[in-house]
Amino acid sequence: MGIHIKNGHLIDPANQIDQKTDLFIEHDKVAAIGKAPAGFVAEQVIDASGQYVMPGIIDLQAHLREPGEEYKATIASETRAAVAGGITTLCLPPDTLPIIDTPAVIELIYRRNEAAACAEIVTLGALTKGLAGEEISEMYELKQAGCVGVTNARSPIANTLVMRRAMEYAANFDLTIFLKPEDHSLTRKGCAHEGIISTRLGLRSIPEAAETMAVARLLMLVEQTGVRAHFCQLSTAKSVQMIHRAQFDGLPVTADVSTHHLYLTDMDIGYFDANCHVIPPLRTQRDMDGLRAGLVSGTINAICSDHQPHEPDAKLAPFCESEPGMSTIDTLLPLALRLAEETELGLSEVVAQLTLNPAEILGLDTGRLDVGRRADICVVDPTQRWTVSAETLNSRGKNSPFLDWEMQGRASHTLLAGRVVFQR
Amino acid sequence: MKYRDIQLDSQGRLRHFLTIEGLKQQTLIDILDSAENFSTVGTRNVKKVPLLRGKTIANLFFEASTRTRTTFELAAKRLSADVLNLNINTSSTTKGESLLDMLRNLEAMHCDMFVVRHHSSGAAHFFAQHVAPHISIINGGDGSHAHPTQGMLDMFTIRRHKPDFTALRVAIVGDILHSRVARSQIHALNTLGVPEVRAIGPRTLIPAQAESLGVHVYHDMQQGLRDVDVVIMLRLQRERMQGALLPSENEYYRTYGLSPEKLALAKPDAIVMHPGPINRGVEIDSSVADGPQSVILEQVTNGIAVRMAIMAMVLGRPNEEQEAG
Repeated sequence: MGIHIKNGHLIDPANQIDQKTDLFIEHDKVAAIGKAPAGFVAEQVIDASGQYVMPGIIDLQAHLREPGEEYKATIASETRAAVAGGITTLCLPPDTLPIIDTPAVIELIYRRNEAAACAEIVTLGALTKGLAGEEISEMYELKQAGCVGVTNARSPIANTLVMRRAMEYAANFDLTIFLKPEDHSLTRKGCAHEGIISTRLGLRSIPEAAETMAVARLLMLVEQTGVRAHFCQLSTAKSVQMIHRAQFDGLPVTADVSTHHLYLTDMDIGYFDANCHVIPPLRTQRDMDGLRAGLVSGTINAICSDHQPHEPDAKLAPFCESEPGMSTIDTLLPLALRLAEETELGLSEVVAQLTLNPAEILGLDTGRLDVGRRADICVVDPTQRWTVSAETLNSRGKNSPFLDWEMQGRASHTLLAGRVVFQR
Repeated sequence: MKYRDIQLDSQGRLRHFLTIEGLKQQTLIDILDSAENFSTVGTRNVKKVPLLRGKTIANLFFEASTRTRTTFELAAKRLSADVLNLNINTSSTTKGESLLDMLRNLEAMHCDMFVVRHHSSGAAHFFAQHVAPHISIINGGDGSHAHPTQGMLDMFTIRRHKPDFTALRVAIVGDILHSRVARSQIHALNTLGVPEVRAIGPRTLIPAQAESLGVHVYHDMQQGLRDVDVVIMLRLQRERMQGALLPSENEYYRTYGLSPEKLALAKPDAIVMHPGPINRGVEIDSSVADGPQSVILEQVTNGIAVRMAIMAMVLGRPNEEQEAG
């Protein structure tokens, strides 16, 4: 079985390839770049003229709602949406039902994904049992079962001693700890950034310090314990500064940002648009600029979707009573590509933020197109324009904050391990 | 089109009344003038006008209230509308019936207007966005967001005593952070051209970037009250003693309660207002609440006329389709 992707603009940041060339795939691997290997027989030729050929996107954070909330979305529905958006690997946080704190749940997820057989799923294990923030989980078991890291998701660990020991224990097994910085006593039941908008609309507010306090506290513990830490979905400019400083000091710290924090501010809430209810909240223009600058400087290493599909009822309530979260898996690719136009980031750097860097953060050997690597590939038509609507979204969750936005760029083919899993 | 003000119909007339923010000055003045006409209805022998005969108005109160509900009810009845009172305690919504299900059920009863009071900011907008097109929504108070009929009745009361809004200094004192009344008053005062609106309260009860609402913030009540024409006191909820917002009612009274001594700093002819119900000895001294400068009971009376004016304006619009035809 050979696939010949011809005349495409190949972008592979790992090997500094950013030029028009051909790609050859045999079985599940990249067989050659440029010239066909000896004896290559193309069973399928993909004409990628005028298109980008890049590693499949690795999404650091996507809630698929299965197991436990299949009425919102399923592994099958969301992995199909993922590959239609050029994503080949999804990283699942452990806040499913049941929670990913035993190998059995991981096996269940893998088994269900085998049945769907679209995209690759990797999981993060719970840092504490039941995410309760009290007892540390069986991290060795979780790692053996395939977890690529550990996290307490959005659940608090109020006790600093528990947090410190959890970090030490994770470091013991060389596990990366994924941190969602939030001081829950400052967040309380808040639903919007504390500022002009929350004041005007009378919405319970979440101050900047709800994030920055947690970043500061966690960085101190990272320094003490030496654990490899990844900060997820930063929302404030100040956090970026603190992470930048920590990286400068040599701490093993990386960070990501979600697309909605790069494109939306609290102003977008308008008059109570529940699709803009998300945690961490949309913040100010200054924060948005700071996050973009963090991408340019390399302080932030990856762009993710933080996809949270909901059933329609979840958003049919007054703003604070609606469920937080946005359906963003469909818009990750075009919004990331747009950063190459709107910021100083080059196209190759944007691709690295979607592929190579998240792979390194997760310890995966994908996200790159060396000969002999697994062929997870996304072919993107950068000229395709489409408008976001309930019909054009492939995710079962229609709760996109970008409804009616015009997007440019769409996957035309997605390959997982050399197999075409999506073709437009 | 998405951001068109949902309060207005295609002719720019009020079809819902959700917030004062964004309304034209003339709209507010029209409401006040119309309320002036309605204010005599209550003093007549027959306390009724036939303006809304055959219309049905449902009061949907998701939050307990006696005074506001009663004045809405009286206002509707004096306009000859049929009134339905529904006190919906939150337990029935937690039984699995969503807000929208409830809305659909009420629509099926052929009402023309819902007066909605709800504990969540944005509830009135939510209803207005999802209600059938022939139904109007009046916001009877949503969370900490808006209480526009209260705001308008306060403007009516002020105008009766101080006819020129452009010559006033108004102070709003107390828990601005949680107060929907304060937000509506601030929007109304700014729209009507009041040159100086002051917000007075402890830092724990003033929202972030409050200046952006169009107020001057004071944390010292003595300074804030100096030379004002109108003092509006806000109700202090007892729950504020929890959550580290305030230490005690006693200390609050001493720092931000309106005593005769503090009132003396305002202009001698200043009026004292309060949206009620008042906590005597917490935010206001009894002698001030019952004193000669207090217009607190007038506010209650005026509430009926102002709500009549708003209901009549919203429901009395000529039918849009008829006009187009």
